[in-house]
Amino acid sequence: MISYAECSARERLAQLVDAGSFHEWLPPAARLTSPHLAQLGLPAAFDDGVAIGRATLAGRAVFVAAQEGEFMGGGVGEVHGAKLVGLFKRALRDRPDAVLLLAESGGVRLHEANAGLIAVSEVMRALLDVRAAGIPVIVLIGGANGCFGGMGIVARCADHVVMSDIGRLAMSGPEVIEASHGVEEFDSRDRALVWRTTGGKHRWLSGDCDALVEDDVAGFRAAAIAALDAARPVTLAALEDEHELLAARLSYDGAEAIPLWASLGVPEPGRVPDLDVAALRGLGVR
Amino acid sequence: MMQPGLETLDYSFPGTRAAGAFTPVLVGVVGSGNLEVLLEPAPGADCRIHIETSARGFGAIWAAVAQDFHARHQLAGVQVSIHDMGATPAVVSLRLDQAAQELQP
Repeated sequence: MISYAECSARERLAQLVDAGSFHEWLPPAARLTSPHLAQLGLPAAFDDGVAIGRATLAGRAVFVAAQEGEFMGGGVGEVHGAKLVGLFKRALRDRPDAVLLLAESGGVRLHEANAGLIAVSEVMRALLDVRAAGIPVIVLIGGANGCFGGMGIVARCADHVVMSDIGRLAMSGPEVIEASHGVEEFDSRDRALVWRTTGGKHRWLSGDCDALVEDDVAGFRAAAIAALDAARPVTLAALEDEHELLAARLSYDGAEAIPLWASLGVPEPGRVPDLDVAALRGLGVR
Repeated sequence: MMQPGLETLDYSFPGTRAAGAFTPVLVGVVGSGNLEVLLEPAPGADCRIHIETSARGFGAIWAAVAQDFHARHQLAGVQVSIHDMGATPAVVSLRLDQAAQELQP
């Protein structure tokens, strides 16, 4: 068993797709680096924190991207975003069986300000174009930095989301919520609270993530293979269903995840954080 | 005038172990206390080392670490490029050895 969370972006890619099948576009030696960071006294990364390319998964052609959470928290800068957009645009042309996004990001790279914001919005548009063309986009979330901000939105634009218990998915991160609404609203140092509010188990139980796996690269690989045919066409009916789901959440008046799990029919919801993935699935809630 | 933030350092050593043709090697990640090292084939018999670091004023230590690395591996025909974010000399040496090890057939 290899911990997905402990792997670098490149190690995840190498383990996730068929052995030796990853062919990188714009590799490190191409030196397509950030034009902004040096002015701030910050070193660039040769790949601007994301590796993109093509590979095979269970013998089928896929396009893949992996964000490196250790470089600027996986923040999306101008070049980083352009690489993701380019990958999606190429998918429209070459029509792989799916596009896999190994997301680990705090969202927009604030150092690059508007360029980063525009980049994230372009990623969303490009992703939706790929979905509209009938090519499924599968997002995998299991890195220590989670998937937040603009990339959290990107993830929820995809056809299929796979998470581990360690993975976190949300818009504002814990520190951001505490800074804007106070520690009484959200204590970012309360790790148990953070995980039961944004972690993989909560996202899976509440329907924001489609597959829950252990923190194991092989588990992510199996879930990605299973999702290869999980295209969810972007239709008016699907959007209306989504809006209905979100509207229903507004009427929920509980303050915390545990009573929410109870309302979803989870028996002994206080035990959820201690259960492994198999035991959680065994509850039969989903 | 504002001083630019990054310090750039360059070293070059004549080597004896020709690396020949190889696919570029990347190890490490640019993060706090860490660095990335890219090895590429280069013409000639030198091992050239180019460093960009956010920690200014440690040129003498970089020179010693680069010299020690070259003494260990004697690489020839290799361009070493480093992006550093305040890694300690021990971490730099380990990353350089890791990259050199990836060159072994």
